[in-house]
Amino acid sequence: MEKTEYNLIIIGGGPAGLAAAVSAYDAGERSILVLERDLRLGGILNQCIHNGFGLHTFQEELTGPEYAQRFIDRLTERGIAYKSDTMVVSVGTSEDGYKEVAAVNETDGLLLLKCKALILAMGCRERSRGALNIPGFRPAGIFSAGTAQRLVNIEGYLPGRRVVILGSGDIGLIMARRMTLEGAKVLVCAELMPYSGGLKRNIVQCLDDFGIPLKLSHTVVRIEGKERVEAVVIAEVGADRKPIPGTEERYECDTLLLSVGLLPENELSIGLGVEMSTVTNGPVVNESLETSVPGVFAAGNVLHVHDLVDYVSEEAALAGKSAAAYIREYDQGSISEEMARIPVTVSGGIRYSVPVSVAPGRISDWLKVRFRVGDVMRNKKVVLYLDGVKELSKRRHVMAPGEMEEVVLTRKVLDKHPDLKSIEIKVEEG
Amino acid sequence: MMYDAVIIGAGITGCATARFLAKYKGRFCVMERSEDVCTGTSKANSAIIHAGFDAANGTLMAEYNLKGCRMYPELAKELEFDYKNNGSLVLALSEEDIPRLEALKENGIKNGVEGLEIVGREKLKELEPSVGRVPVAALYAPSAGIVCPFGATVAFAENAYTNGVEFRFNTEVKGLTPAEDENGEKYWIVQTANGAVRTRTVINAAGVYADILHNMVSADKIHITPRRGDYILLDRRTGGYVKHTVFQVPGKFGKGVLVSPTVHGNTIVGPTAEDIEDKEGVDTTSEGFADLMEKAGFAFDDLPLREAITSFAGLRAHEARHDFILGEVADAPGFFDCAGIESPGLTAAPAIGEETARKVAEKLGLGENPSFEGHRDGILDPKKEMIKDPEALSRLIREKPEYGRIVCRCEQISEGEILDAIRRPLGAKSLDGVKRRVRAGMGRCQSGFCSPRIMDLLAQELDIDVADVTKAGGNSKVIVGLTKDRI
Repeated sequence: MEKTEYNLIIIGGGPAGLAAAVSAYDAGERSILVLERDLRLGGILNQCIHNGFGLHTFQEELTGPEYAQRFIDRLTERGIAYKSDTMVVSVGTSEDGYKEVAAVNETDGLLLLKCKALILAMGCRERSRGALNIPGFRPAGIFSAGTAQRLVNIEGYLPGRRVVILGSGDIGLIMARRMTLEGAKVLVCAELMPYSGGLKRNIVQCLDDFGIPLKLSHTVVRIEGKERVEAVVIAEVGADRKPIPGTEERYECDTLLLSVGLLPENELSIGLGVEMSTVTNGPVVNESLETSVPGVFAAGNVLHVHDLVDYVSEEAALAGKSAAAYIREYDQGSISEEMARIPVTVSGGIRYSVPVSVAPGRISDWLKVRFRVGDVMRNKKVVLYLDGVKELSKRRHVMAPGEMEEVVLTRKVLDKHPDLKSIEIKVEEG
Repeated sequence: MMYDAVIIGAGITGCATARFLAKYKGRFCVMERSEDVCTGTSKANSAIIHAGFDAANGTLMAEYNLKGCRMYPELAKELEFDYKNNGSLVLALSEEDIPRLEALKENGIKNGVEGLEIVGREKLKELEPSVGRVPVAALYAPSAGIVCPFGATVAFAENAYTNGVEFRFNTEVKGLTPAEDENGEKYWIVQTANGAVRTRTVINAAGVYADILHNMVSADKIHITPRRGDYILLDRRTGGYVKHTVFQVPGKFGKGVLVSPTVHGNTIVGPTAEDIEDKEGVDTTSEGFADLMEKAGFAFDDLPLREAITSFAGLRAHEARHDFILGEVADAPGFFDCAGIESPGLTAAPAIGEETARKVAEKLGLGENPSFEGHRDGILDPKKEMIKDPEALSRLIREKPEYGRIVCRCEQISEGEILDAIRRPLGAKSLDGVKRRVRAGMGRCQSGFCSPRIMDLLAQELDIDVADVTKAGGNSKVIVGLTKDRI
């Protein structure tokens, strides 16, 4: 009889799920199952064959598959169970506090699993053309950058030979370089916003180094071609992000790649009744990365979209450790009633923070509070206030929406405020 | 070789006609210019079954709308396609609109629509809790419904095909010539892109092209204007936001903007109405989207339009007289029109098909087809099985492991369903063909994750090179070659 009960089930075997599993194991948890929908572990890293992964974690420049393999090795060394090609179709909670997971694969059929704690690590997906309401025909030759990346890097197929890219997210930038290396001509990369959504290093290494123009404050206003893309018309946009008549430029091409944002994939979380953030499109979590449903944790791109996988691994390790602690408390019958939590409030142009609330007693050494700003900012200070007292101030020459920021809340600082009531992070004039 | 009937056009009208013709003994063939059924007007519309109060009393539209609306529930069972009787509401946006609701109701009663009721704001709120602040009253029509237009068209076509009707795709009709055999029997020569065939009758179900065919054979000219309508489709997350098909009191451009659930749990908003020249002009416009968003806002205050997953445009085959043109053409014996099939065409299609088949059979004196099997097995949907009996799903996967391999994450479509879509009679030959049959690629990621795997399945099953897999036939190849093949 197939085992159907685990202490911890992790949905997703990408970088977040792998790091969470390893960390939960290292925190003492032995009953773990990782469920992965793709054929193999590693998630989206498997198609990211460029290097630059792992600078923080391993002080090395690894490719995506290499980075994933390091964690897959850690998983297998520990003998942690996983099932790949297994799609979780629904998640729920039972009355005794157990989480119920229904999944499908070809060997087990329908799997009905139970667990004490659950980690959501489903990652994210790309925004599609439809989400943008780009007008025009709907021919072949329109791909999200990630789909093109899979076609090129995994399947060995060339999606097109003359390419326009809309959006300057990291995957789009990486694909500008990749398509060029594979023999295609990338004509232009158009970005709606007056700044790029990608990392600075990718703009330099993927566009500048190949002479591909980046047109900020531009968007696609028309797609021509009834069967296959024949041309794409872009235009400059004003401050209202609406196209300015008369600025249209027509590019004859056979392909339009879209790199217009990533969306955390939270259909299962919503089905479970987890409270969601309208800013990140991910669950609202506390310092343990626990969602509004006790015993359900979230980490990685399902929680909020990251720029660097190193931060995903770090975050997921916290979720794994927290889940292991939850299971210990559950087994001891000492799950505390709703703990007093202090909200983290953000202002001065910060869009959100993860986590949004903190129980100071739960922090052993430090806690990284991650956030993003909503616009490009220069010469500012990021300031942390506890109960209105300035505890930390760091100067930032440039901050951009495309680069995640963090503030570290240390035990030492928390100990200065035994009766803490408020945590504020502000961007102030520097 | 002589056909008894050639049907031109494999949209909902042509396929429904083919299915009802199959009840008679004879040789029938459907000719379609594109690569699949349901690629024109039938694939891009509101996907609703009108109750029948709108069309002016005494018109063919009114008559066939009512008949069609009454046929759908039974047909959906017999042919196993998705249909739901969800009822519709026409909103009055001000007190001044209420007399127009009353006029609609009166017209509906004359047309034979049952259960019509004008409800005040309180009852409206009860029926449709999401409705906004503006609407003051509504005409409630409990008999209205929603349908999967792809599912219905495919079902009619498959059932026609398994009962012996031939289908020829990529076969555009170029000319129609009347002729007479040695016994003085009249017939038609149908010239196509792939040679000519002879047939005793021709049925014109060519959608926006129906005028071109009609005008080839008749001096009584008709003119069909493609009337473009933009639509926005919202994520299934919005399912339940709206329960009924919600119209606003009709203006001069048809039925105005509607907000409706779809049978698969999405929300559809549309259409706009713009008369154009291009019979293939299905490009969407930013003006259209803006128009939809504004008008939808009259009915709902907080419609979650940011949950849009795709947008598209469809063409309504609008004939100047604004009525269906049905039946044998007076100066072209043996040529039957199903022309001007605009809204409520989807609703009316089964009734039009049944009646057209009857007329053709009567003219030719065709007897009943004794081996006709009216039931069609739908595409197996393991999700439905699972709800009924989880064990049955496991048994299915043990027998056919391909049902355990989920290819389309968003809609949770297994490889088994995709293979079924490709292998079944008149199976899918392209990504869009798969999508229309089993929804793979129709979800929130819009085929981003699943298209590489579906391409491989198509290449494998159709025994073609993966570089020749198309989005929708013709030159719509998905990839252009292999990496580095020109370096």
